[in-house]
Amino acid sequence: MDRRAFLSSASAMLGAGVVGSGLPWAQAFAQSRQDTLLLISENGPNNLDIHGVGTNRPGYEASWNCYDRLITYGLKTLPDGSRSYDKDVIAPELAESWTVDATGVTFKLRKDATFHDGTPVTAADVKWSFDRAVSVGGFPTVQMAAGSLLKPEQFEAVDDHTFRVTFARPDALTIPDLAVIVPAVFNSALVKKNATEKDPWGLEFTKNNVAGGGAFKVAKWTPGTEVVYARNDDWKCGPLPALKRVIWRTIPSSGNRRALVERGDADVSFDLPAKDFAEMKKAGKVAVASTPISNGMWSIEMNVTKPPFDNPKVRQAIAYAVPYQKIMDAVLFGEATPLFGAASNTPDDLTWPRPTAYATDVAKAKALLAEAGFPEGFETRLSFDLGQGIVGEPLAVLLQESLAQIGIKAALDKVPGANWRGEMAKKSMPFIINFFSGWLDYPEYFFFWAYHGQNAVFNTMAYKNPALDKEVDAARAAAASGDAATYAASVKKMIAIAYDDAPRIPLFQPHLNVAMQKAIGGYAYWFHRQLDYRTLTKGA
Amino acid sequence: MLRALARRLATIAPTLVGVVIVTFLLTRVLPGDPAAYFAGPTADQASIEQIRASLGLDRPLPVQFLAYVKDLATGNLGSALSTGQPVLTELAARLPASAELTLTALLLAMAIAIPLGILAAVKEGSLIDHVCRVVTTAGVSLPVFFTGLLFVYVFYYQLGWAPAPVGRLDVFFTEPAKVTGFFTIDALIAGDLETFRAAAAQLVLPAATLALFALAPIARMTRAAMLSVLSSEFIRTARASGLRPGTVIVAYAFRNAMLPVVTTLGMVFSFLLGANVLVEKVFAWPGVGSFAVEALIQSDYAPVQGFVLAMALLYVALNLLIDLAYGLIDPRVRLES
Repeated sequence: MDRRAFLSSASAMLGAGVVGSGLPWAQAFAQSRQDTLLLISENGPNNLDIHGVGTNRPGYEASWNCYDRLITYGLKTLPDGSRSYDKDVIAPELAESWTVDATGVTFKLRKDATFHDGTPVTAADVKWSFDRAVSVGGFPTVQMAAGSLLKPEQFEAVDDHTFRVTFARPDALTIPDLAVIVPAVFNSALVKKNATEKDPWGLEFTKNNVAGGGAFKVAKWTPGTEVVYARNDDWKCGPLPALKRVIWRTIPSSGNRRALVERGDADVSFDLPAKDFAEMKKAGKVAVASTPISNGMWSIEMNVTKPPFDNPKVRQAIAYAVPYQKIMDAVLFGEATPLFGAASNTPDDLTWPRPTAYATDVAKAKALLAEAGFPEGFETRLSFDLGQGIVGEPLAVLLQESLAQIGIKAALDKVPGANWRGEMAKKSMPFIINFFSGWLDYPEYFFFWAYHGQNAVFNTMAYKNPALDKEVDAARAAAASGDAATYAASVKKMIAIAYDDAPRIPLFQPHLNVAMQKAIGGYAYWFHRQLDYRTLTKGA
Repeated sequence: MLRALARRLATIAPTLVGVVIVTFLLTRVLPGDPAAYFAGPTADQASIEQIRASLGLDRPLPVQFLAYVKDLATGNLGSALSTGQPVLTELAARLPASAELTLTALLLAMAIAIPLGILAAVKEGSLIDHVCRVVTTAGVSLPVFFTGLLFVYVFYYQLGWAPAPVGRLDVFFTEPAKVTGFFTIDALIAGDLETFRAAAAQLVLPAATLALFALAPIARMTRAAMLSVLSSEFIRTARASGLRPGTVIVAYAFRNAMLPVVTTLGMVFSFLLGANVLVEKVFAWPGVGSFAVEALIQSDYAPVQGFVLAMALLYVALNLLIDLAYGLIDPRVRLES
């Protein structure tokens, strides 16, 4: 008996054990399946509260669907027919209306909104929630500060249904920042009841319990395995969702996630690898959606304090040595927006992210490198985040190969996901492949974090250029004062400076890929790159 | 017997102290900064420091160790940052899942490997011996994640016989009331045959994957042990005395060959429990292995320590059981101790 015969007889035996236990129950549950969405993804939440310590991305999704904000973003249809949030349209959620004046903004709350336990939502709850967001520290406080929401004194409950935010300084991002996930409204009485002296903001309670009034409630949560949501039938802050239940299972293996969707057992598979996406799109068995991640890009970043990367010619040489198209084809299977090969580094409009003027040109790269005084090349270390190795690793190998052609020997340095952020903060890596995206979709926001001389964690290049900083600051000021002409001029200038000086070489804008059954409708892309269940529908 | 047991138990204490110290130090030596990892995407240095303080990671090592030992003494293993839950709760919820899978796989492997090993030894050089060799080679040479994915591809994706690999229970079933934590047994206790069938169906593929892997050492050890026993003089005597072959093989030979087989079973069980990480990942099985690996990737100390500690306890308990089983199987072992 050979191995093949063994395998086939063993599988026949196994099959006999399993057959007959397959289908019958699937039909019995057909009814409940109709208004239940089965969602699968690689990871589940570790905390239901975005204010928590170390809440992961899936946790943002739970928060987004179970809590309301004062305001949210509208939806729009993109040229390719897919739907996305609209950063230019602020829509009411818990607030019915608002008026902006010179010193602040006053919100009128809905009078009929209640929390999941039935208590009415009041301005005092909003005030308490905002105080919490700016006080607990960590990510929520940083995100609030991005919109100049800095201290509790800025928030005031005028009466039960009137709430006022006083501006700390003129900032165009204050109102957009109130529509992100962090300023969620919590049931303050419920959380206070469960707070302790050690934990005055009740973070332990909200980690495992939803204390909000959003469109969905968490019916059951098994960390690491499953979240079951039930619709909040009394939701008043928007049209009642079509789905009555959402079951969200964690399926770590990407192959199995694909099999589950293709077999029709799962309704939505969220955030797929580019390869699976490209193949599923081609096979056409399921509906797929792919949206460019707003204000995000993968790029090559060089630490300008570490020679030879302090020489702009070296950086430009590398920019001409990158195998851009190969990366698009072999790493991303075409599922990304290229950020190279434009006519000029100087923008003609305000589109962002936008392509650089660099393209693969080995001869030019060699010439630039010789001009910089490294005709024989040099040795360096190329680091990437192993946590994003599915893109980072093949990309690094392709880049290594190309750099060898101009004499640069780059040793690959795989940094485990847990260490990546620490290494980034130290700014000890000379040469890295990295991804960054900002929630608020404005170029000056990206530049403030990733290029500005304030030297945030994301300015991995430790790049300090007063000329660039001046343009970034001017763009922020012009946005705040509504001076469109100055704003446009400054944004264009800062992009031109950054691209010409090339401390960071943009590669491509990645896409967020989703596969779903053809009966699923209403999918929209959101800036937070998580799924909004409220607009989803499930047809027959 | 009791004295031997007491003596055996006394040797456990230093082992456990060692395990506590080593796990504590090991997790601290690992590179990686949990504070930076959990501070989130837009954290600045101040918020990283804030999180470091809230995790107690800014204190000197001896102080951290004392705090850890104090927590251990009160049964507090800390919280897992990856799932947000206390480690003790997580382990309590996940151990039964791993144990159910591992035990099923082990039973399945034993049911095939032991008869196969005995037959291969009795009919040395025959077709069945070759089958045994092929099976064991296939078992050790096919990595579990590969067999797992292959099984999913063939039996779920292509043939549609197996249920969707979504964990311990199909999405539209509710868990049976918890008694043992084993879904199949709990469903039977609750008298819910539908749920039992669903839980059992979910078990088949992962258990078969693991069993294929566990087959090899058991079958080989059984064969080797049986061969050496079968060639010994008392078997020749038994055969010469005209005892039935069945009696000779089962009652005389196998009983004497059982010691190494039981040792192997103990080892196989413990490495299956710890090493079924890949199977757990492939089948989305919410067990301890995948939990610990996830924690390790994120430099999340508490679950790693809790996992190693739980595993150490389990190994110690298992070794104790095996030692006791020796005494039952072979009276000579009892006398010597």
